[in-house]
Amino acid sequence: MSADHALLQVTGLTKSYGQRMGCADVSFDLYPGEVMGIVGESGSGKSTLLNCLAGHLPPDTGSVGFHMRDGTVRDTVRMSEPERRMLGRTDWAFVHQHAVDGLRMNVSAGGNVGERLMAVGARHYGDIRSAAVDWLGRVEIAEDRIDDRPRQFSGGMQQRLQIARNLVTGPRLVFMDEPTGGLDVSVQARLLDLLRGLVREMGLSAIIVTHDLAVVRLLADRLMVMKDGHVVETGLTDQVLDDPQHAYTQLLVSSVLQV
Amino acid sequence: MISVQDVAKRFVLHNQGSTVIPVMQGASLDVAPGECVALVGASGAGKSTLMRMIYGNYTVASGSIRVGEVDVATAPPRDILALRRHTLGYVSQFLRVVPRVPTLDVVAEPLLSVGATGQDARARARDLLAQLNIPERLWSLSPTTFSGGEQQRVNIARGFAHAYPAMLLDEPTASLDATNRAVVLGLIQDAKARGAAIIGIFHDAEARAAVCDREVDVSTFTPRAAA
Repeated sequence: MSADHALLQVTGLTKSYGQRMGCADVSFDLYPGEVMGIVGESGSGKSTLLNCLAGHLPPDTGSVGFHMRDGTVRDTVRMSEPERRMLGRTDWAFVHQHAVDGLRMNVSAGGNVGERLMAVGARHYGDIRSAAVDWLGRVEIAEDRIDDRPRQFSGGMQQRLQIARNLVTGPRLVFMDEPTGGLDVSVQARLLDLLRGLVREMGLSAIIVTHDLAVVRLLADRLMVMKDGHVVETGLTDQVLDDPQHAYTQLLVSSVLQV
Repeated sequence: MISVQDVAKRFVLHNQGSTVIPVMQGASLDVAPGECVALVGASGAGKSTLMRMIYGNYTVASGSIRVGEVDVATAPPRDILALRRHTLGYVSQFLRVVPRVPTLDVVAEPLLSVGATGQDARARARDLLAQLNIPERLWSLSPTTFSGGEQQRVNIARGFAHAYPAMLLDEPTASLDATNRAVVLGLIQDAKARGAAIIGIFHDAEARAAVCDREVDVSTFTPRAAA
C-alpha cells in the first residue's frame, strides 16, 4: 500500500477546442491512496482534464502513465481502445455528474451493480446479488428497491446507485465529476465517510472534480486549482485553502459563504 | 526533533490592493525529544502562524523547518502527508470531522491510518475517551452535536491516539474544567516521558508552568513596523 511508485503520471496534458483552451500543459503525479481534488469555476477546464485522464477524450498532446497491476507503466493515451475499455471496467471507475450517464436506466438497481461484477468475471448469482445488496446498503438504498429501475429513483438515489455500481469491483483509481452535486447533505456526509474508509482500507486513489470547497477539505489530500484551462495553484488541501497564494484562489476561498 | 531556522512569513492579499503583510522574520527554535516548549507573546504576535507553518498548513517564505528528516518548508505534499500520519500530531482548537461519524471512530482514525487493527484502535480510543470523561453513551454519536468542551476533549483524544514523536498543541487546556485539565496535562507528561517533542500554546499560565520546560517569545520574531 505504501508502494513508492506513482499510480498515475500525467505529463504536459493539453486539449483545446479550436481556439478555446480546454486544459493546458497539465502535469502531476498521483500516488496510491492519495485523493486529489480539482477545483475551479465553470469553464475552467476541470471536467475536460478529468475526461482526458479517464480516456473519454483524446488530448492533443501529453501522456498519462498508469501503473498497471503487472508493475509496468502504460501510457493510456496511446493504448488501444479495447485495452482502455478493459481498464475502465476493472482498475478505473468513473462517477459522472449526471447519474444517467453512468447507469443503465432500463436495468434494475441490483443489475446495475451486478453488471460491473459480471464484467470482471463474477458468475454466481447469489454472490452477485448479495454483493449488490451490501453495496446498496452502504449507499443507503433500501434492499426492497433492488429490483426497481433507476428511472423510478430520485436524482439523489440515482447518484448513490452510480457510486455503488462503480465501487463494487474494488477499482484502484476513481474519477469523480461533481459526485456529491445532486445529493442531500446528509447522504453526502455518509458518502464522504464511506469514501475515506475505502481510501484507507483499499489504498484507493481518487481524482475529484468539484466546486464544493467543503467537500475537498474533508476528502482530498491535495488540491489543484484551475482557471481558464491552466493550473494556477497546487498543494496540500488545507494549505491551499488556508493560505492561498494565487489571486484567483484567494478570491475563490474568500467567496465561500459561511454557514 | 523539531528545528526551525530563520523562518520568514508574509501574506500577500492580491484582491485587496496586493497588500503585503510581513508577519514573521528570523524565527528560530529547536525542540529536543522529551521537551515541551511554550510559544508565548501577545495575541497577534504569530504563535498560531508559526505553529501552522510547522504543520505545513501555511507556506513558508524563507528559512527551513525540519521535523525529523523532513523539511516542511520545501517538502512535496506527499512527504508532508506521510509526516502528519506518522510523526507529527496537531491538536487544533477546533474539531473538524465528517458529519455523522461516531466519536469512537473519529478518535480511532489516526491509528487506523498508521495501520493499527480496528480492534486495537478502538480499544485505545475507548481508553482515551474514558480518561477524558466523555460519557460512554456519547461514544456512538457524532461529536458535531457535542458541547464546546466535549468537542475539545474529543479533539484531544484524537490527537493523542497515536504516539507521535512530535506534537503541536494549540490551547489544549482552554475551556476545560480543573479535572479534565489535569487529565490533559497528564497526557502531555506521558507524551514527554516517551520522548515526544512538543510545542504548545497555553494561555493558562499554571498549565504552562506544569508541563513546559521553557518559553519562546514569538514577538521577537515580529517584523518591526514595515514602512
